[in-house]
Amino acid sequence: MAQIFHRSTNTLSRVTIFGAVFIVAGILGAVGIFVRSPYVTREGVPVVQPVPFSHKHHVNDDGIDCRYCHTSVEVSSFAGMPPTETCMNCHSQLFTTSPVLVPVFASARTDMPIQWNRVNQLPDFVYFDHSIHVNKGVGCTTCHGQVDQMPLMMRAASLQMTWCLDCHRDPAKYVRPLDQVFSMTWQPPADQLEAGKKLVTEYHIESKTNCSTCHR
Amino acid sequence: MLRRDQRRATSDEQRGKDSFSFFILCSSFVLVAFLVAACNSSGSLQIMGEQPRYDPYEASNFYANGMSARPVISDTVTFMQPLTNTLLYEGTVDGELATTFPFAITDAVMQRGQQRYNIYCAPCHGALGNGQGVVAQRGFCCPANFHSDRLRAAPVGHFFDVVTYGFGRMPSYGQVIPARDRWAIIAYVRALQLSQHATLDDVPPDQKNKLGNTTP
Repeated sequence: MAQIFHRSTNTLSRVTIFGAVFIVAGILGAVGIFVRSPYVTREGVPVVQPVPFSHKHHVNDDGIDCRYCHTSVEVSSFAGMPPTETCMNCHSQLFTTSPVLVPVFASARTDMPIQWNRVNQLPDFVYFDHSIHVNKGVGCTTCHGQVDQMPLMMRAASLQMTWCLDCHRDPAKYVRPLDQVFSMTWQPPADQLEAGKKLVTEYHIESKTNCSTCHR
Repeated sequence: MLRRDQRRATSDEQRGKDSFSFFILCSSFVLVAFLVAACNSSGSLQIMGEQPRYDPYEASNFYANGMSARPVISDTVTFMQPLTNTLLYEGTVDGELATTFPFAITDAVMQRGQQRYNIYCAPCHGALGNGQGVVAQRGFCCPANFHSDRLRAAPVGHFFDVVTYGFGRMPSYGQVIPARDRWAIIAYVRALQLSQHATLDDVPPDQKNKLGNTTP
């Protein structure tokens, strides 16, 4: 009886079995890169909003403090989204004929909220509290990036667990003096690690990496 | 024509095939269920990242204005807020505008007042309190100048009333700034007023060297 397969098939099958290891590893690697890519994490991707609100204008050009609008950031888990009244504090007089502000005026007139699109969203199984972070020397820009340079708001970080743990394992890399938390211009000093260590001691920062710190 | 025992054998075989098909069918269902759950395509399936509860300010179809959060009912007071303490919460004593602060003004209160003033007041009234903040420069007419004779003579209760309920084009900041912070801000406004009408003799001797060599 004649051979069905040619002798070279032996080599081919050996190569295929050996190559499968690399194919599987390649697929896993590609998936790993994909889930960390901005396509999935939305890092650095501007979010389209009903009103093209510019943090660059309000923070950088006008010098308005973060807390003017995000009023509860120091006392609550949620930083606070300003009601339309806060917009109208100034825009009752300023840019009243601007077409981009039409949804704001409509909201103020009808008492219907502006439906902003969420930029930084954590999964519901993560507990996060703004107040403890800003009261322990974690600055706004540490997580939110240079908001004063963002015409449209975008995620400045992946918000993935490895990113959280980077700081939770060693906060000294990122903490800053409390009076600089809301500064947009603060830059880590050359001796950040040593200065950070001092602040960690001074502010009694506990490096919390228990599962239940965030997953509770 | 099949013999009886042959027929039985065939039927057993058939039954074996049936149960195998059933197993495949069940497996497929389970697999599809897993896939659907993994793909997060169906709203009826609960996934951990999007649990059936509202995030702060999340939209809701339940209420007419599309908000899950409910507005504060008018005349609501903070829990345990003593309504009798009109000095602290209304800035009045026996129906008259208060002329004294409800608590001692310490250095810490003044620092707090300066910080809060620069967040909430400086955009319009200016860091100096002269009514020339950035919002005024943009064309919002005309935030009060704290150094006018009228406001230098006004009792502290007047400032508290204005911050709490608004005045002219100035909106209410009562919902944004807690009562104690409002008082701290007023203390700082008093300090600003003093600063623009002080002479070198008002500066304590041990602080004079901080002023530098320039003489007025």
